[in-house]
Amino acid sequence: MIISIPKESFKGEKRVALTPESAKHIQKLGHELRIQAGAGKLAEFADADYKEAGVQVVKGDAIWANTDIVMKVRAVTSEEADKMSAGTTVISFFWPAQNEELLNELADKKLNVIAMDSVPRLSRSQKMDALSSMANIAGYRAIVEASNQFGRFFTGQVTAAGKVPPAKVLVIGAGVAGLAAIGAAKSMGAIVRAFDTRLEAKEQVESLGGEFLVLEFEEDGSGDGGYAKTMSKEFIDAEMAMFREQAKDVDIIITTALIPGKPAPELITQDMVESMKSGSVIVDLAAEQGGNCKLSKADKIVTHKGVKIIGFTDLPSRLATQSSQLYATNLRHMLTDLTPEKDGNIVFDMEDDVIRCSTVSHDGAVTWPSEPPKLSAAPAAKPEPAAMPEPVPELSTAQKAKMTFGAMGLALLALLGVGSVAPAEFMSHFTVFVLACFVGYQVIWSVTPALHTPLMSVTNAISGIIVVGAILQVSSTSGLVVFLAFIAILIASINIAGGFLVTQRMLKMFSKG
Amino acid sequence: MEMGTISAAYIASAILFILSLAGLSNQETSRRGNWYGIIGMAIAIIATILNKNVDAYGWLILAMVIGGGIGARLASRVEMTQMPELVAILHSFVGMAAVLVGFASFFDPANTLVGAAATIHNVEVYLGVLIGAVTFTGSVVAFGKLNGKIGSKPLLLPMRHQLNLGLLGLSILLGWWFLSAGHDGGTLPLVIMTLIAFAFGVHMVMAIGGADMPVVISMLNSYSGWAAAATGFMLSNDLLIVVGALVGSSGAILSYIMCRAMNRNFVSVIMGGFGTTAGGDEDAGEQGEAVAIQADEVAQLMKDAGRVVIVPGYGMAVANAQHSVSDLVKSLRSQGVDVQFAIHPVAGRMPGHMNVLLAEANVPYDIVLEMDEINDELSEVDVVMVIGANDIVNPAAMENPNSPIAGMPVLEVWNAKNVIVSKRSMATGYAGVENPLFFKENTRMLFGDAKDSVDAVKSSV
Repeated sequence: MIISIPKESFKGEKRVALTPESAKHIQKLGHELRIQAGAGKLAEFADADYKEAGVQVVKGDAIWANTDIVMKVRAVTSEEADKMSAGTTVISFFWPAQNEELLNELADKKLNVIAMDSVPRLSRSQKMDALSSMANIAGYRAIVEASNQFGRFFTGQVTAAGKVPPAKVLVIGAGVAGLAAIGAAKSMGAIVRAFDTRLEAKEQVESLGGEFLVLEFEEDGSGDGGYAKTMSKEFIDAEMAMFREQAKDVDIIITTALIPGKPAPELITQDMVESMKSGSVIVDLAAEQGGNCKLSKADKIVTHKGVKIIGFTDLPSRLATQSSQLYATNLRHMLTDLTPEKDGNIVFDMEDDVIRCSTVSHDGAVTWPSEPPKLSAAPAAKPEPAAMPEPVPELSTAQKAKMTFGAMGLALLALLGVGSVAPAEFMSHFTVFVLACFVGYQVIWSVTPALHTPLMSVTNAISGIIVVGAILQVSSTSGLVVFLAFIAILIASINIAGGFLVTQRMLKMFSKG
Repeated sequence: MEMGTISAAYIASAILFILSLAGLSNQETSRRGNWYGIIGMAIAIIATILNKNVDAYGWLILAMVIGGGIGARLASRVEMTQMPELVAILHSFVGMAAVLVGFASFFDPANTLVGAAATIHNVEVYLGVLIGAVTFTGSVVAFGKLNGKIGSKPLLLPMRHQLNLGLLGLSILLGWWFLSAGHDGGTLPLVIMTLIAFAFGVHMVMAIGGADMPVVISMLNSYSGWAAAATGFMLSNDLLIVVGALVGSSGAILSYIMCRAMNRNFVSVIMGGFGTTAGGDEDAGEQGEAVAIQADEVAQLMKDAGRVVIVPGYGMAVANAQHSVSDLVKSLRSQGVDVQFAIHPVAGRMPGHMNVLLAEANVPYDIVLEMDEINDELSEVDVVMVIGANDIVNPAAMENPNSPIAGMPVLEVWNAKNVIVSKRSMATGYAGVENPLFFKENTRMLFGDAKDSVDAVKSSV
């Protein structure tokens, strides 16, 4: 099929949907590629490079005619849509929730639309997750913009001209953008703190060298699809109190908090901004959706009482070469899934979660929103206590309970049987024994599998406690008993010394990277 | 020291032992856990020595110094690859000590119990010696199998189940004789029973194949605990009972975990004979051709990969390749490749064996993942390198219901983009099962000794 890449018409958009590199791969799928002259110029890809990669360069509006697929960064405008013939497929960012009118219009014109922002977050679809690619770049660029406005080093130094304290950066929201910002700020030498309502983010933050701020509050904000959900009022109050504390201390705040389909939550209030040191910088990555900071203005730098608030919404476009590369690769993977036979024919397989969710208009009908796949890239959350258990597992838990009670009943009967004949002293020892078994059961299950070998050697050492029995016997009047006890002490001591020392040796080796 | 004070000391040391095991729940607290154990042991021994009935200090100190010296020497000498052997032989010592203490308790002239109390005491002696003796010889045989002195193939005597049942019945009869004979005539049945239990221990472990060793080791761990607990009952010593129960349940849980990891029933492991009825012949026809690969190509694949996962197995331990693997990982990581380890619960010859080896080679524990943590992500991995592992990555466990290892959870490495298997030859693993993984389209075989292969790959990286 013929795929065309027109020049972006949106003002200030520097990205392009095709790179010479991705062109080579797409041609292998059997497609023919055309690009409008100058489309890659702002992203530093020359027309000559495209030609060399086998892409036909077309001048002017001819690019819209006689094409099967149009690939873009921004959604097509209605004027552009008029230039296309019915049945053409458009692949681009679309934001169907914000652009319902345009979506209906395109559907009426029988244009198929694949929205790259609607790709579901599945492990399988990560390679075409353009939102993550762009968020990654936005996070990195946020730090670059912040350092541009910030009057000091990020890293701490002791120089002949005096001591320079390191900058303190607070990143709110540890999604893809937040993590990229943490990594960038950390590698520039700043002290980085991060906060996220999703507890699973803690490890990721720490893996990048950031410090994860923890609220003393039991609530996990993991929602479906790897996004956070809205938290309770108490949680938000505690969260705001922490931000208020942090604002006084940090030099740079990067906010990335977004909840899908809702205006961005306000996290940095005016009084927090005013409590920040003069010269501090706030980068609000949510400025397009209303902003995490009340004072931020989309696409502007606002200075409020010495604090600069950056509200750029075009951060990925500011790193046009990089974002074009990643976006073009995402598009290429999307095309790979759309062209299963590698014969240049695209297939809308609506059984496929990824294709079904990202296709927002097909055959003249709006197919958005489609039923989302109930899977998250993050590890499955604990089942909610309020949720109704399904009938089948309920039955089995009931059966399990029955079996447990049955076993307990039998054990109780057996105990009564023993108790009726055994002397009291035996029973008191038996009590100790049974309780100790239970303590052991509870304790051992919590041992991490990585430490099973040390567990065995430590249990080896402590079972050398049998030495206590032998010590009591070694003072016997019978020579035979003394001899037996002597040997027993000897070998039990081997166990004690050997077990503990070898455990010590092993545990010393376990170290974190 | 008065009995009350001693009891108090015993309570303290019992609590310290529990804290010691609890400390092992994660790496950060584990060293503190070991110290709790050492302190607990010291308190218990000192309190016992200060008991006013104990006066043979000379013998006592001599035995402890010799024993402690041997133990310290063993602990400092042992190679990490030999940990399973050391653990096995230490189990045997507990078993032997239980037998000796049992006999000493039986012969002790200070023992003046009569009536029901005497009978109960004798039952306890009998049980303690029985469990101790089985633990002793079982562990010695396990030790021999692990260090290769005894072949790891299961020894299957004809009528072995009947034989075992017969031995059990005989032991019960002897027990009845022992109890009715009382203190004076009981020596003979006790000695005969001990010999039978010795034989039983040997026979039990001889019948178990090499691949089931993790279960056997944990099971013997459990037995050594029960032996200590039985000794505790015999001496009316609560501390011994507590410790025995802790160790016993620990070993039992470990055995359960290992059996679950192999999808095997505990009883069938004990019955032994795994791997002798290999079902390799029925599907021998559909095997394809294994494709070999050279070390420098492996290096290139890994350098180009975004994410690499290494699956170590017993072969890595045998070849002593953990340090080479660690070096390889370090240089890959320094080149920006994301490298992780995937550990199957029964990889190696005892629970956690691979973790210890990797820790010895300074592999950070946060990149060492368990099977459940990584299995779902393997499809996103560019290169999986399997080093000296076979059964734990065998797709037959999931695909072929007739396979002897059907249903065993395995690492699904074949879902990765490329799989490299480092292996000495095309021989089967301990389970004696053919591995279709080697013939998969995305699998390449890197033949040779694990250490040499890894070193060659490393020098090309």
